[in-house]
Formats: sequence, C-alpha cells, structure tokens
Amino acid sequence: MAIKAGSLVDACSTRVTKTGAWRTFVPQFDHDKCIKCSLCEIYCPEGCIHQEDGLFVPDLDYCKGCSVCANECPRMAITMVLEEK
Amino acid sequence: MSEKTANKKVVEGSYAVAHAVMCCRPDVISAYPITPQTHIVENLSQMVADGELDSEFLTVDSEFSALSVLVGVIAAGGRGYSSTTSQGLALMYEVLYNVSGMRLPIVMNVANRAVGAPLNIWNDQQDSIGARDVGWLQIYAEDVQEAVDSTLQAYKIAEDKEIRTPIMVCMDGFVLTHVYEPVELLDKEKAREFLPDFKPDDILDPLHPKTFGAFADPSTFTEFRYQQFEAQQKALVKIEKVAREFEAAFGRYYGGLLDGYFLDDADVVLVAMGSVVGTIKDAIDAMRAEGKKVGLLKVRSYRPFPVQALRKALKDASVIAVIEKDVSIGCEAGLVTDLKAAFYNSNIRTPIIGFAAGLGGRDITIKDIRSIVAKAEAARKGEQPEFEFLNLRTEIL
Repeated sequence: MAIKAGSLVDACSTRVTKTGAWRTFVPQFDHDKCIKCSLCEIYCPEGCIHQEDGLFVPDLDYCKGCSVCANECPRMAITMVLEEK
Repeated sequence: MSEKTANKKVVEGSYAVAHAVMCCRPDVISAYPITPQTHIVENLSQMVADGELDSEFLTVDSEFSALSVLVGVIAAGGRGYSSTTSQGLALMYEVLYNVSGMRLPIVMNVANRAVGAPLNIWNDQQDSIGARDVGWLQIYAEDVQEAVDSTLQAYKIAEDKEIRTPIMVCMDGFVLTHVYEPVELLDKEKAREFLPDFKPDDILDPLHPKTFGAFADPSTFTEFRYQQFEAQQKALVKIEKVAREFEAAFGRYYGGLLDGYFLDDADVVLVAMGSVVGTIKDAIDAMRAEGKKVGLLKVRSYRPFPVQALRKALKDASVIAVIEKDVSIGCEAGLVTDLKAAFYNSNIRTPIIGFAAGLGGRDITIKDIRSIVAKAEAARKGEQPEFEFLNLRTEIL
C-alpha cells in the first residue's frame, strides 16, 4: 500500500490497516467449556469476537491480546497464550 | 521624494504584518492574544470588523484551540492564519506536530519572546528555536519590511504541492512588532497575482470521505516522517525560488536561505538571525572603516537548515562567531550546535564559538558586537571558551 503525504487515507481505513500487530498474548477458546453466554463478545473492547458456525472466535487481524475476554469468561474457557512469530 | 520611498509609510511593525496577512486573504484567522503578538491580531480583528478583510475571525479560548481550529480549516480546503509567541507557542506544542504531520500549510507569525519561568515578556528567540524539531519551516526576519514580505512568501512556499508544510515567520517581539519604521505596505492586487487562491487536491468532503492524520503503525510511521523530511529538503530550493519571484514582482530581496554582508574577504564572520542582524551591520560598517575584515552571514531559513549553502558561504572564514538569542539548557544553543554539526563531515576546520546574547530582552549593542569580534580573534589562538553567556553579570550570582 503506497502511503500519501499527511497520512491521508480514504474513509474506513481500518479495514485495510490491520491493528492486531502489537499483540503479545493470543486468546485460545475451549469450545467444549463454552456455554454460549456471549460475555466475551459483549466485553471485547475491540468488538472483534463474533460467532462463526455457532462458535465464538476472535478476529486476529484486530485482537490486541488484552485478556478482557479471558477475564470475563465465567467458565474459564479462554486461555491467553504467548504468541511467538 | 525618490521613487524608492514613494510608497513607504511609517507604521507599527504589527500593523504592517497584519496588512500583509490581509493581502494573503485567509479564510479564517484563529488566534489568542499574548504580548508581544497582540497588536497583530488586534489589527486583523479591526480589519475584519471594518469590512476591509473578508475573513472569519475566531476568538478562541487558548492557543491550543487557536491552532486546532486551523487544522479543520485547512483540511476543509481553506486558508488559515494564526500568530503567537512564547508560552502561547508552548501551549500549541502538541498541535504543531499534528499540523506538520497532516501536511497542513498554515502560516503563523511568531513574535519572538522569552519563555518563562522566570516570567519575562521581552524578546529573545527561545520560543521558536525550542520548536525547531516539530516539522515546521522557520524563517527569521531582520526588519519589519522583511517580516511583511516573508509573510506573503510564506504562503506560497507552504502551499506548494511538493512542500505542503506549515511555516513560522519569526519576528523579534517588541524590536519589530512594536517599532514604527518606514514600510512599503503590500499592494493587494499585486499580492493576489503573486499568491493565487489555495486549491488543495485533497480536502475533507462528506461526499468523498477521507481521514487526515490517520493511524500509522510501525510498518509505515518511518515513511511518513521521511516524507516530511524530504519536503523540508525540497523547501531549500523553493524558499530561494520564491524569494527570487518576489524580487521580480516587488523589487525586494533578502537572500533566500542566507544573506551575506561583507562576506567575500571577511576573516571574522559573525552568524546571526533576526533583528540583531541590523545592529551587527552597523557594527561592521564602523569596523570596516577602521580596516577590520569583519563580515556577517544572516541565516534566514533555520528550518530547513541550509547545510550546503552554509558550507559554501563560510568556507573562507578564519573564525566564526554565532550570536543567538536562545540557549539549549544543557548543550550550548540551537544555531551554533547545528552549524558545528553541518561542518563536521566537511573539510572546513574553522574554529566556531557561540554566544547566548540578548536573553529576555537584554540589549545587544555595537560595543557588544565589537567585544564578540575581539573574542573571535582570540578564539583563533584557542584563547576563548567554545560557548559563553554574553555579558554575564557575575557580580549578582
């Protein structure tokens, strides 16, 4: 993506700019423990947890690894794991 | 009355600059009053109220707001103007970076003043030199006429598509803002021909939504900074070009980046910026009459810093003394450290000494200039400290 002086971009730039790059820990979901209460989806400050085929999954393009979902999950179905690249 | 003085009027420096701003036709003027800038914006406010100037004059709650408003104005495609000084410039600090990073060509007169504490309303250049790294261009005016003419030139430089960088036109507080001297005020029509309307390619427009100053993560931030750096390098050429275009249209030229005075055969060369240049010229006239080979290099463009032009202009000097109204508390002062840095990787090995002078409004006299020249001569033999506070009153320390 070529950049334009003044950091001038078309609207909705975050669709192109992935902001998950600064994550250190990544949430891992144990779907067997999940009771589908949706608290992870509700509390996620980035709004990047959604249901896919009935299962909750984070969108790792935007997940910052903040651990709020893991902290709020009443069944401790989410574990934060060190992500190494 | 000669043709040269026919159109001159004796006016206050602040009025002359306000008149120049009027000739630049800003859509919005957004400013907060602060000594010694006040008369500039007071005059502009009067011009708007009298219907002389068709601009929106915004009285905001602080300098932070003054400049923030202009971010929106320029992004929406308008031409904007502000003016400030000292603590006011300090209060703008965060916005200064936003303006330059978003490449918004704002022109702002800085009425140079000391920065407190201790509280001091008099002139030095600590305020703008302290903001040398914020990405704005900086031009320093020697007299009122140059401040007037540089204000018009500044819009042309800043709004150029290749440059798109804000600019501070610095003029010494009180010394230039409050002095009454003969000035040729700009002709409105000639100014319009010289400076066309501002028509940026990209503006904030609800029909074509865009973001200015978008988020940049580590993968692109360096490149944005590089673009700003590159634009400042291009401004080295543009500032000179616009100064020559101005000369062709108005018949006045002050040097684009630098200007020399008795430089060609000078042994001792003094380097300075702003109104002290006038005093130095008088001192040089007197010393030349006595046969002393003293010259002056006036730095007009401090950002971009004209490294190559400085090397060329100063290559034959046998000793250089920098006189400046600022101090980098902890390491000499802005101009002298920049000048030494510019020479380090060249083959120039001329001794350079620096003087912090005229801080907080202390007068710099012809006698002071003579004493600096004597010290510069001593420096050739290594008998002078590299940097000193001129006329330090040790008896009260």
